[in-house]
Amino acid sequence: MNIIRYNSPEIAAWTPFNRLSPLRELLDSALQLSGSGATRGWAPRLDLYENADQVTVKVELAGMKKEDFDLSLEDDTLTVSGQRKAETTSGESFRSERFFGSFSRTVTLPSAVEADKVKATYQDGILTVVLPKAEEAKPKKIEVHLN
Amino acid sequence: MSQLTKCESPAATARVEYTTPAVNLHHDTEGYTLEVEMPGVAKDGVEITFDDGKLTLTGHRAETPDAGKAVYVESGRQEYRRVFDLDPSIDPAKIGASMDQGLLTVRLPKAEASKPRKITVG
Repeated sequence: MNIIRYNSPEIAAWTPFNRLSPLRELLDSALQLSGSGATRGWAPRLDLYENADQVTVKVELAGMKKEDFDLSLEDDTLTVSGQRKAETTSGESFRSERFFGSFSRTVTLPSAVEADKVKATYQDGILTVVLPKAEEAKPKKIEVHLN
Repeated sequence: MSQLTKCESPAATARVEYTTPAVNLHHDTEGYTLEVEMPGVAKDGVEITFDDGKLTLTGHRAETPDAGKAVYVESGRQEYRRVFDLDPSIDPAKIGASMDQGLLTVRLPKAEASKPRKITVG
């Protein structure tokens, strides 16, 4: 898992419609439209938390391998993408509700962060990205002297 | 009025709401394989019960340290649950399961007697 800087300016901010991307892909392929813009593949569920010191992003991705993730940070935009490979199975499929292949989620962070201090962990099928806030973005206590 | 006094506390009667996990099911000559997505659930949070031909899979999300104020949340509820009616040819004694990165894999082998066999014409 690498944290790399993302250089493309084409990145799109998070919109609720990203969650519909599997549906959109299906429609696009049915209608034979090409290029669905910023949304590609499927979109895993994402949570975003914030406290005084850091921003935490959690992405639900069961059954992945650490090396199949890609994280990129450009200013206040975090992109989590990767590939989930299907296990090779024999026999017939009775039910197929899981998504495989490439996915991508982009989120606009609520605060400036220190790019070189970002840490990511993958445990129990959840990718957790902890982004410490930049000093200037942290809330400051201002003392007011009253006469 | 006596009914009212017997009323349990809301906490005790509150219905637990579950998230339905996404599932893939494959079938081969030896049995079935279920893949169940339960992100956030550790190995010890999984409960598998087999009763009266029904297989119940429950997952409890592991506790995570407080990350502060939720700016937005798409993840589901704390508990996952899904119930399956099993093919009677499955041997309940041979059901096996493994948990890896939130993916529960349940192997349901068929009983020896129900496996397809080749009959030679004598």
